[in-house]
Amino acid sequence: MKKARAKTHCCWILSNLLLSLFALLGPLAAASPQQKSTREELLVLPGEVGRSGGRLVMSLRGEPKTLNPLIAADARSREVIGVMQADLVHINRATQLTEPALAKSWKVSPNGLEYTLVLRQGIRFSDGQPLDADDVLFTFRVYLDEKVHATQHDFLIVGGKPITVRKLDAYTVVFQLAKPYGAGERLFDGFYILPRHLLEKLYQEGKFDQAGTLATAANAWAGLGPFRLKEYVVGQRLVLERNPYYWKADAKGNRLPYLDELVFLFVQNADAQVLKFRSGETDVISQIGAENFTVLSRQQNGYTMTDAGPGLEYYFLFFNLSEAGEKTPAEMRRRQKWFREIKFRQAVSAAVDRDAIVRLVYQGRGAPLWGLVAPGNRRWGNEKLAHPARSLERARTLLKEGGFSWNNGANGEYTLLDAEGKPVEFSILTSSSNANYPKMAALIQDDLRQLGMRVQVVPLEFRSLLDRVLQTKEFDACLLGLVSFDADPTADTNVWLSSGGSHLWNPSQAHPATEWEAEIDRLMEQQLAAPSFEQRKKLYDRLQEILAEEQPMIFLASPDILVGAKNVVGNFQPAVLEPYVLWNVEQLYLKNGAENATR
Amino acid sequence: MIVRRTFTRWLVALAVLHGIVVCAGFFAPYDPVEQDRKSPYLPPMRLHLADAHGHLHARAFVYSLKLREGSFDQYEEDTTEPHPVKFFLRGARYRLLGFLPCQMHLFGVENARIYLLGTDAYGRDQLSRLLFGGQVSLLAGLLGAGITLLIGLSIGSVAGYFGGWRDGLLMRVAELFLALPWLYLLFALRAFLPLAVGPLKAFFLIIAVIGAVGWARPARLVRGVVLSAKERDFVRAARGFGATNGYLLRRHILPQTSSVLLTQAAILIPQYVLAEMTLSFLGLGVPEPVPSWGNLLSSLQQYSVLVSYWWMYLPALIIVPFFLGYLGLASSLQERREAYKIQYKGAVSGV
Repeated sequence: MKKARAKTHCCWILSNLLLSLFALLGPLAAASPQQKSTREELLVLPGEVGRSGGRLVMSLRGEPKTLNPLIAADARSREVIGVMQADLVHINRATQLTEPALAKSWKVSPNGLEYTLVLRQGIRFSDGQPLDADDVLFTFRVYLDEKVHATQHDFLIVGGKPITVRKLDAYTVVFQLAKPYGAGERLFDGFYILPRHLLEKLYQEGKFDQAGTLATAANAWAGLGPFRLKEYVVGQRLVLERNPYYWKADAKGNRLPYLDELVFLFVQNADAQVLKFRSGETDVISQIGAENFTVLSRQQNGYTMTDAGPGLEYYFLFFNLSEAGEKTPAEMRRRQKWFREIKFRQAVSAAVDRDAIVRLVYQGRGAPLWGLVAPGNRRWGNEKLAHPARSLERARTLLKEGGFSWNNGANGEYTLLDAEGKPVEFSILTSSSNANYPKMAALIQDDLRQLGMRVQVVPLEFRSLLDRVLQTKEFDACLLGLVSFDADPTADTNVWLSSGGSHLWNPSQAHPATEWEAEIDRLMEQQLAAPSFEQRKKLYDRLQEILAEEQPMIFLASPDILVGAKNVVGNFQPAVLEPYVLWNVEQLYLKNGAENATR
Repeated sequence: MIVRRTFTRWLVALAVLHGIVVCAGFFAPYDPVEQDRKSPYLPPMRLHLADAHGHLHARAFVYSLKLREGSFDQYEEDTTEPHPVKFFLRGARYRLLGFLPCQMHLFGVENARIYLLGTDAYGRDQLSRLLFGGQVSLLAGLLGAGITLLIGLSIGSVAGYFGGWRDGLLMRVAELFLALPWLYLLFALRAFLPLAVGPLKAFFLIIAVIGAVGWARPARLVRGVVLSAKERDFVRAARGFGATNGYLLRRHILPQTSSVLLTQAAILIPQYVLAEMTLSFLGLGVPEPVPSWGNLLSSLQQYSVLVSYWWMYLPALIIVPFFLGYLGLASSLQERREAYKIQYKGAVSGV
């Protein structure tokens, strides 16, 4: 799942480990495909030439659920699948631009409706079977099959119609779209090409969802990624070995990847990851919180911690603006009256101390946020968007304009009252899976106390929280984080469209509830169909302005991507897009023959 | 005589400790929920008598701590200006004993802030939180123990006095309660309660929950005392004269359970303070930002806090004098009871 994806989800940030999107591997910089031999068209990557051999160990917070890319919904599965599979066109995690992958080149028809992709010739799956257009056709047939329930299915519906795929010859496929697609070939990133020879029979028997369990025998599973399955030990580890048929080579013509083995250890939580890394049991660590980063940075013996800068995660507060139904209690409806008042939302936004969040929650390793485009996104931010400093003065004025007043109690306490004279009291739901959420909520609680609002913070287990927000809609306000899987705005379509399932403040509306939501819908659709980047950017800028004005989500902060690696790991270049450290796993190598003995 | 003296000593020590907690607003320099966002995880300040130039001062003073350049939690003393500790300063408003509006604080500094026990993640004064947190934790312990004893007394005396099937039924239920893993029961009970509860509601819920769980042991003890008491000669005599059950219980039997109850109370209170701390530690107790001893410790669940900020452990030490006090009281109560028994027996044999 990546990209636009008109429907499914944007990713939720679950514990420190954001429920991530596909781990993908990409060439380092825009590399032009080169013919190495007539038989096999390898992709040559520039960059430092490493040495072969060795084992790289990293930890995962829990076990992956599946190796099947179509049904993988959890971050761990995606991380693992990302190093075992490959896609046609790939987004380079460092440059955030697309590059050739399994398709060595592509052409777009002038009307933007037809994509012709030419496959690399002579390349093989990790079990030695060759890849051709039939595998691609099979793959997309499965992705589009509604019975399979592929998580990425909805992203192949463009302009209301499924994409059609046909084969021109053994190495050329044509994708036909019903409507132009703004993000263009970014569409193909994350659609992993499946081995038809292994899966067709299962698919025809209707048992596709049984494919790729972790118990799968190593020789019954194959992919086009740099690593292939070797061993799985329940509750302990997953061992992958080098794919000898991988289709990339380094500048000297050595076939990648360099590493012989890649080991994922399963651990309980973030603290356990830190301890394992500190004791040298793991070689790299990714997605850690600022506190743990500080602890690890204090004595870097044999390893280096890297702050890769702000990523695409964004944290925000939103109020429940969903339609009050028959069953909604009167209490709730009364509170929703405040939340619907735009001045109220603007006042809350003005009162929130974003700098304090960055300083106290992220120890300064993050950026305050006023709009939906996280600073890690290089191209799409609206520079004209105002970044007003925190002002309780302004918040009070806004509240006064919104019909609120204050009651001065004895002993200097005061309470905010609504138009009916009732005190303003509500609760903020947040996830208990990550210590940062309650911490942020506690800061906001104190900010709002200074406006006379009485706020309760309710940390909740993540699943029950989602259930409350998206299903029962029994909540006042909620503090959450999302991570975009791509810098392109289509990645978050599902959040901004009023019909979207992740349109958090009022999800899955049949019709836009407000005028401005209708305008956001229009802008979102227009930008998707607009032909040039400039036009799309202009539309997207307008969308950002509307959100800044209406404040359906009060954006708070975006944390830096914090990672670390042992000094012996070569070519370690963390990116701010997922997968942060494994995106160039095929180029990672161990210097000086250092090998991690721990398993 | 010796027994009585140790008993009084424990009682006085406990009274002093509780007095400090009850008047937390006066002893604490700041409001426990006030966030000083420029000073997260500030280590305890040192009291100085000699300044950076070697001059001695008559009054103890502190230096402000400022963040080291580019650091989040490394502080160094700013020795340009000493801030003498002053007494009886006006500061944050609070309510003494819960109702008297007041602004007087025992100590503080002017034009700076003093953090004798450091600050937490939000820059809140740990000392103030510790003192105010005691109000929540100790009150929860006291009220919880009160509820437990009340339930234990009623059930125990009914079972012991009336005997028969009532005794059998109540004691089986008590055994069931004793066998329950109470911590998990607390979790389960708390999970049934509504999500967003205000601090006051949450507080009373916790008290009700922990109070209702532990009645079995005091009930069994009370039952034992009642069983033996109701067979005493003077009780039989009273019954012979036509005393009703109510009169007998009230006048002759329940008074005999008092020493058992007192000892139980002295044991139960620290136990319940600990129960409240456990619940709050796990996030099931009084919600933030209201301090309680459990809340204060809950940040220690994070590895980074555990290895970085030693002063976050201090709230764990505060329970030591309190528990020592209560357990000392319990044992001297026990001794007093033994002494009384010996005396009593002597008196009987003397007759």
